Amino acid sequence: MRHAGRGVRWATLALGYGFLYVPIVCLMVFSFNDSKLMTVWTGFSLRWYVELFQDQTLLAAARLSLVIATLTATAALCIGTWAGYVLARMGRFRGFGLYIGMLGAPLVMPEVVLGISLLLMFVELSKVVGWPDGNGLFTIWVGHVTLCTAYVAVIIQSRVRDLDRSLEEAALDLGATPLRVFFRITLPLIAPALVAAWLLAFTLSLDDVVIASFLSGPGYTTLPLEVFSRVRLGLKPEINALATLFILAVAIVVVALNRLQIRAAQSQ
Amino acid sequence: MRMRWPLPRPSARQWAIWVPYLWLALFLLVPFLLVLKISLSDLQFGIPPYTPIATLEDDTLQLALHLRGYVLLFTDSLYAAVYLNSVKMALVTTVCCVLIGYPLAWQIARSRPEIRNLLLLGVILPFWTSLLLRVYAWVGILRNDGLLNNLLMGLGLIDSPLEIYRTDLAVYVGLVYAYLPFFILPLYANLVKLDQRLIEAAHDLGARPWATFRQVVLPLSMPGAVAGAMLVFIPSVGEYVIPEMLGGANTLMMGRVMWNEFFNNADWPMAAAVTCVMVLLLLVPLTLFQYSSARQLERSR
Repeated sequence: MRHAGRGVRWATLALGYGFLYVPIVCLMVFSFNDSKLMTVWTGFSLRWYVELFQDQTLLAAARLSLVIATLTATAALCIGTWAGYVLARMGRFRGFGLYIGMLGAPLVMPEVVLGISLLLMFVELSKVVGWPDGNGLFTIWVGHVTLCTAYVAVIIQSRVRDLDRSLEEAALDLGATPLRVFFRITLPLIAPALVAAWLLAFTLSLDDVVIASFLSGPGYTTLPLEVFSRVRLGLKPEINALATLFILAVAIVVVALNRLQIRAAQSQ
Repeated sequence: MRMRWPLPRPSARQWAIWVPYLWLALFLLVPFLLVLKISLSDLQFGIPPYTPIATLEDDTLQLALHLRGYVLLFTDSLYAAVYLNSVKMALVTTVCCVLIGYPLAWQIARSRPEIRNLLLLGVILPFWTSLLLRVYAWVGILRNDGLLNNLLMGLGLIDSPLEIYRTDLAVYVGLVYAYLPFFILPLYANLVKLDQRLIEAAHDLGARPWATFRQVVLPLSMPGAVAGAMLVFIPSVGEYVIPEMLGGANTLMMGRVMWNEFFNNADWPMAAAVTCVMVLLLLVPLTLFQYSSARQLERSR
C-alpha cells in the first residue's frame, strides 16, 4: 500500500501546487516580456518596470494605499486583539452568541454586503449630524478596520488560548494588577501572533477593491481601485510588473515570518 | 489585595467586554439594520436617493414601507435566475474545492514535519497574495490568444482557440483558484491533529483504505471540512471581482447584480433589497459555519 500510495501522493501534490503556482509564474515571466502583446514572448526587457516607476497615477494610488493600510493594520490590531482576548479569556457572557456571530461575519460575508451597509450608514450619519462630510480616507479606513478586526481577533484568540495560564496567574498572585499582567506578560508572549496579525490586516487592506469602491470618494483612488479599473478591460503589462514586485514582497515577508515562528516554537 | 482570574470586579470585566462589543455593533449590526430599512424605502431624486420610511407631519407619524424592491425580486424571472445561478456557481465551486483540496490537505498533513512546513507555506503564500492580481493572472492564460490556447494549438491538439475567457467556465476556474486556500487551511488544521493510531487500528482490524477513510477519517475531519466549505461557498455567492474580470456579460451573480443596481442604476433601495435577500439566502450556511466554529471553540477549551 505504501508504494502504490507514493505515486498517488506525488501526483496529488504536483497537480495541486501546479494549479496554485502556474498562473503566478506566468504572470511574473510575462512582466519581463518586451512586447505589448502579452501572450507572445518576444524577448527579455525591463521596460514595464521603468514605465511602472514613471506612472504618477499608479504611484500616487500606491502611496494612498500604503497610508490607509498602515492606519488600518494598527487600529485593527488594537481592536482585534482586545476582541480576541475577550473571546479567549472572558468565558461566556450575555450576548456571547451575537458576539461570535458579529466577529465571524466579516470573515465569510461577501464584501459587497459590508461595503454597501457601511456606505448607507455614513450617508445616514451625514444626513443626521452633518458628518462625515463626503467619503474619503476616513470612510475607507473604517471599512477596512471593520473587515480586518475579525481576522486579527481570530489569530489572537487562538494564540491566547494556547498560552500557559500559569505565568499570568503567577504574576497576579505576586500582586500585579490584571491590566499590568496583560501588558507585561500576555502581550509579550503573543508578540509573534501580533506581528502576523498586523501584517495580515495590512495586506488585506492593501488588496481590497470592493469595500473601497463603496467607501471611496473623489480624489481617493486606492491602488486596487486603480489596478481594477485598468485590468477589467484586458491585459496591461505594467500591472504584471507591479504584481511581480507585490508577490515577491509578500513571499519575502511570509517566509521570514514562518522562520520566526519556527524559531519561536523551537525555543519553547 | 490578591486578584484571581476571572476578574473579581465585575465592572472591569464588563468594561473589557463591552468596548469591542460596542464597536462591532456600531459598525456591523447598525449598518445592516440600515440596509434593511433602506430596502423598504422608495427611490427618489435627490441626496440621498431614497425616501424616508417614517415622516412626522401635523402630529401624525406616517410609516411608509415600500415593498417595490422585494415585489420585483420575487416576480421578475431575471432575479430568480440570478439567485439560482449564484447558488449553482457557488455550489460547483465548493464541490471542486473539496475534490481538489481534500486530497491536497490530506497529503500535506501526512508529510514529514520539515516538508509539511514547506508545503503549508505553499498554500499560505497565495492566501496572502492579492486576490485581484491572482485573478488577473488567469486573464493572460484563458484568453483566445492566451497562453493555454497557444500551448494547445502549438501542440496541435486543437485547430481553433477554445472560448473560455468571458464564459462561466472561466469564472469557475477563477473562483476555485481564489478560494482553494480557504478550504485547505481549516481542513489541514483539523487533519493534522488526527490521531494516527486510529487509522492504524482500523488498518489492523482489516479495514481497506477506502473503508478506513469513510468510517474513520471523514467523520473526524467533518468540522474542518464544513468550516472550509462554508468559507468557500458564502463569499462565492456574492463575489463581484471574479465574474466581472473573467465572466461574460451574461454571467449573472448576485454580487454583480447588486453592484449594477447601486452604481449603474443608482437604485439604492433595490440594491439594499438584493443585499437583504442575499443575506437571507446565506443564513443557513452562515449558521452552519458559526455552529461548527463555535463547536471547535468549545472543544479547544
